[in-house]
Amino acid sequence: MRNAFADEVTKLGAEDSRVVLLSGDIGNKLFDKFKDNAKGRFFNCGVAEANMMGVAAGMALNGLRPIVYTITPFTTTRCFEQIRVDACYHGAPVIIIGTGSGLSYAELGPTHHSLEDLAILRTLPGMTVLAPCDEVELRALLRGALELNGPVYMRIGKKGEPVLHAKGTSVRIGKAVTLREGTEACIIGAGTILSEVIKAADDLAKEGIRARIESFHTVKPLDEERLAEVFGRYPLIAVAEEHGLLGGLGGSIAEWRVRQDGRLARMMAFGAEDSFLHEIGSQDYARRRYGIDARTIAARVRAALPR
Amino acid sequence: MAVEQARLPVAELERLARTARVRIIENSHRTETPHLGSCLSCVDILVAAYFHTLRLDPINPRNPDRDRFILSKGHGAPALFQILAMRGFYPLSLLDDYGQDGSLFAEHPPTPDHLPGIEAATGSLGHGLPMGLGMALAGRINGRQYNTVVLSSDGECNEGVMWEAAMLAASQAIERLCVIVDFNRWQATGRSEEIMALAPLADKWRAFGWATYEADGHDLAGLLRMLSALPDPTGKPTAIIAHTVKGKGVSFMEDDNNWHYRIPKAEEVAAAKKELGVPG
Repeated sequence: MRNAFADEVTKLGAEDSRVVLLSGDIGNKLFDKFKDNAKGRFFNCGVAEANMMGVAAGMALNGLRPIVYTITPFTTTRCFEQIRVDACYHGAPVIIIGTGSGLSYAELGPTHHSLEDLAILRTLPGMTVLAPCDEVELRALLRGALELNGPVYMRIGKKGEPVLHAKGTSVRIGKAVTLREGTEACIIGAGTILSEVIKAADDLAKEGIRARIESFHTVKPLDEERLAEVFGRYPLIAVAEEHGLLGGLGGSIAEWRVRQDGRLARMMAFGAEDSFLHEIGSQDYARRRYGIDARTIAARVRAALPR
Repeated sequence: MAVEQARLPVAELERLARTARVRIIENSHRTETPHLGSCLSCVDILVAAYFHTLRLDPINPRNPDRDRFILSKGHGAPALFQILAMRGFYPLSLLDDYGQDGSLFAEHPPTPDHLPGIEAATGSLGHGLPMGLGMALAGRINGRQYNTVVLSSDGECNEGVMWEAAMLAASQAIERLCVIVDFNRWQATGRSEEIMALAPLADKWRAFGWATYEADGHDLAGLLRMLSALPDPTGKPTAIIAHTVKGKGVSFMEDDNNWHYRIPKAEEVAAAKKELGVPG
């Protein structure tokens, strides 16, 4: 996904002279083309993320469209105060990219995991929160973010993630995308975990359970119309994310659900439990440890369905 | 309409500084707004900037060619609010509801969308210099010749992000950025030198790659000479360490840190006005 980001931001930098890219000393060579195409608009801000965010806000308040890029914990929790005050309080159109989000950097340990970012960033007034599942969504959402006039946070994966959408799929901020139709249950996901959700749905299909899959790439604002539709139609809604169970996509949908009147579907959530992962391994291993792998999702959905 | 410097003569600047001090003290008494000592220490710097050197357009406060001024020591807002009104960004009468529920005027600057003349909403320390650096870089990218001046304080130099910004500004050789440190040797609860080892403050800025000058922060003639010399001929960003006195202008407030939070009584306001030579 980071290669797709680099490619798309390079195009945007060439198309729009307001686009400025700020990196926290990562992406060596990744942005060489951007640097060529957008002379004087790439800034390696060093390992100093708080300053980088303030610089971006100052630029955004003066006619530029800065995009800030580094590894997720460092572009979110590390500089949360600057995001809150400089970007959000000022309504400054800063686009914040968290690369290697969730458990993409599982091997690097919890300093590089991000299982809190969606929860924390969505509390900020005026902040749009995005989690594309593949490069098709990433490219469309990045373009959409540039059309908004306020701060945007987008968490992306690392590299080698499968493409889940057909090319040309229409992706718009705030509108969920149906990845697969189904009849027995609906699984809602955000971000790269959707590749596991698809595998889980494949497993369920083998047993005759057809699960609908929705990509909620926009975690804030939620597509409430789509939520109302699926919660009124299916007996079970499962929400999956590579994020903690507290306050992320599942949490925000649960908040929405308690505001609704009438009988709604049962809801279950897949996410990381409230703990750091001290035993290190691959992303697949980490997903299994947190119970957000395809097999666990399929088994728990199957068990929860009415017989 | 173009941006313009006010370029008032020093004698007039001195008169305006006295007037501003009185208005700030009266307002503190009337609205029970604290940080009087911090406000009085930076009045002369604000007057020199706004009434002499900054190129401004109060009628069109977002004029893209204006110089940017950020009060990064946001608790000095009671001083800035008076100065902006005196400079014509809004009528003095707008300050009548200062401190009331629903007012724009409280203890820190609101966002630029809410009050003309404000470039950044500050109050949490350490935000003005990075944002100012972003504004200066935007000026370079957009091909505009404005200066960005950030008024900071010795207490604010505790914030690590100040030094992050200092290093990036130096590596970018962003010559149209200036930080003024209102160095009154106090912070909220004690002597700044005792809380964090600041000395040698000017040498620190020099070591971080800034063209660094020391000034008497109450000598208007000296201040406007320095501000008029921006950008520095070396091509480096400029740091001005302005030696100031907290509570400057009122003998019983000067260098007494109780006035970080204390509110003056009516008789203290009268005594201050007498000292400042402004009839009460």
